Amino acid sequence: MGILIDADTKVLCQGLTGATATRLCERAIAYGTRMVGGVVPGKGGQSHLHLPVFETVAEAVRETKPDATAIFVPPANAAAAMIEAIEAELALAICVTERIPVLDMVRVKSALEGSKTRLIGPNSQGVITPDVCKIGVMPERPHTPGRVGIVSRSATLNYEAVDQTTTLHLGQSTSVGIGGDPVYGMSFIDCLKLFFADDATEGVILIGEIGGTAEEEAAEFLKTAKSKKPVVAYVAGINAPTDRRMGHAGTVDVFGEGNAAAKIEALQAAGAIIAPNAADMGTTMRKALGGR
Amino acid sequence: MNLHEYQAKELLKAYGMPVPNGIAASTPEEAGKAAATLGGSAWVVKAQVHAGGRGRAGGIKIVKSSKAAGDAAQGMLGTRLVTAQTGALGKEVKRVYVEAACEVAREIYLAALIDRSLGRIAFLASSEGGEDIEAAAAATPDKIHKLVIDPKTGLQDADAKALAADLGLSGVQADTAAKAMASVYTAFIENDASLIEINPLAITTTGELYALDVKMIVDDNAIYRHPEFEKLWDEAEVSAEEIEAHRHELNYVAMDGNIGVMVTGAGLALAILDMLKDLGGEAADFMDVRPVATREQVAAGIRMLLADARVKAILVVTMGGGVLRCDTIAEGIAIACKEAGGHVPMIVRAAGTGKELAELALNNQGIKVTFADDLADAARKAVAAAKGGA
Repeated sequence: MGILIDADTKVLCQGLTGATATRLCERAIAYGTRMVGGVVPGKGGQSHLHLPVFETVAEAVRETKPDATAIFVPPANAAAAMIEAIEAELALAICVTERIPVLDMVRVKSALEGSKTRLIGPNSQGVITPDVCKIGVMPERPHTPGRVGIVSRSATLNYEAVDQTTTLHLGQSTSVGIGGDPVYGMSFIDCLKLFFADDATEGVILIGEIGGTAEEEAAEFLKTAKSKKPVVAYVAGINAPTDRRMGHAGTVDVFGEGNAAAKIEALQAAGAIIAPNAADMGTTMRKALGGR
Repeated sequence: MNLHEYQAKELLKAYGMPVPNGIAASTPEEAGKAAATLGGSAWVVKAQVHAGGRGRAGGIKIVKSSKAAGDAAQGMLGTRLVTAQTGALGKEVKRVYVEAACEVAREIYLAALIDRSLGRIAFLASSEGGEDIEAAAAATPDKIHKLVIDPKTGLQDADAKALAADLGLSGVQADTAAKAMASVYTAFIENDASLIEINPLAITTTGELYALDVKMIVDDNAIYRHPEFEKLWDEAEVSAEEIEAHRHELNYVAMDGNIGVMVTGAGLALAILDMLKDLGGEAADFMDVRPVATREQVAAGIRMLLADARVKAILVVTMGGGVLRCDTIAEGIAIACKEAGGHVPMIVRAAGTGKELAELALNNQGIKVTFADDLADAARKAVAAAKGGA
């Protein structure tokens, strides 16, 4: 059945009338996602993609009772959009926007504390349960319903894992992008907990990269987790120079924090099975699940 | 974006942080004059480059006369300073900072940064600051004190004073240190910093407190609300290639190998670098194409790789998603190759949205590329081609 979203999930889109949002929501509808409306300040009362557009999230919640929101709002307004979704008590907010100022995310993180909202992202490709529901920007085609849960910071590495598990006929229960930003919503641990509790998920592929300590924290969690489901981990950037910023990945790490070797060591010590490289995430999982 | 020491000090001073008086100079004459203007009997001449470890590399000199200040500047300006953090090429010194020297009794480490796991601003501090802080932090992590700030309340004076006490400060010094922390915190927020590191925060023999060196990084994603930083941007700190890449919205980092690499997505790019290395190859660069890239931007990136004399093979790995399509990448490749010619073997691995269109476009336009089936195949072919085997 997968995690976070299902066939009944009703989805709102903040920023619905933008070009990218329009294209992606059209595709989401075609995929079967239950889109129920949009929120675009200044365009309340209009209709777009045959969906009602509202002035505020609160109004949209009253009228359409959504379970989730997809946030396609430019960086300068994205934090306000997330906070609006949190205040309207939406259960799930998925923020696709990249290049949001990190101090804006510090405010969002604070708003999340004690709230009823789970935030995915920002700078996330979204969440997909194959053939059931997709919220985000991922390509539909490589996905196929199946047994493996995928959680990653990088979107394109996530698609690689999807592609590989599809090719190997393992398929995916749900695939989640937690986003590549330094401050973000749901963590590896949050997703692992949901995957461990999900009947459809038989194993989890966790894809990390240099920077921060999210992988080390996931390792700490795995040490005490009772689940018998195999976790295959891949961490990108073992050969990356430590003193330079590599795209969204490497950021300020004082005292040498965030290098790939330490992450791999921690995950391995916690019982995760390490995929030797990005091309072997699928085959490593197949072996872990007892396949030939 | 990194600020220079003198820029960061000027900025922090406006927030009430005590810093020694100083003047930036770009000629030896200016440096000599700066010392005379500042007055006193001893000065520090410091090379202004974006890198730590300047002291050990000869980029910081203490002088006792304005003539000596000029001489020290002469020795630094125009040279390339190689420190533990610059790489072998070093960084050209275009400016020095001349500062009134002070007698240091103690060196403290104080930094404000984003604690990624908590999603909050935090202070890190140690009673033992100075150039060896990283080694010291690794050896005795318990000497690093941490104060995490709740954004709802901001930095509380009592917490700042407690942190000062942890550093072994008391009385007026503790009060001054707490005030300095408040200055740093306000400057951090108002300037969208991602790091303000003061090392050392010095206590002088006369009991005063000064920020002797400051490293400050501001959040690139927030530059749009700080037009004032535009004039602080120092192009000399960045290579011509990085400037060119930046102009086309590409993330580019030069590396030491001979395989030119363009990848859609930073995580996947890191993974490719790792795979090449495992196979005995070495990337010439890290180039990440954003999902919103246009074919012109892609063409600019390929042009850069074609123009790089070190590059013996080019590897393009594209995973088409819901926004970026493989055929956009293919069109960019075609534009660049038609102009610059395909004088190096090019390996393309296209997957995801637009894969078939991409392959068709390149074939139809007669662009000679080798298609790879999957990541492993692509990496193998690129390494072989760079070695002259394909």
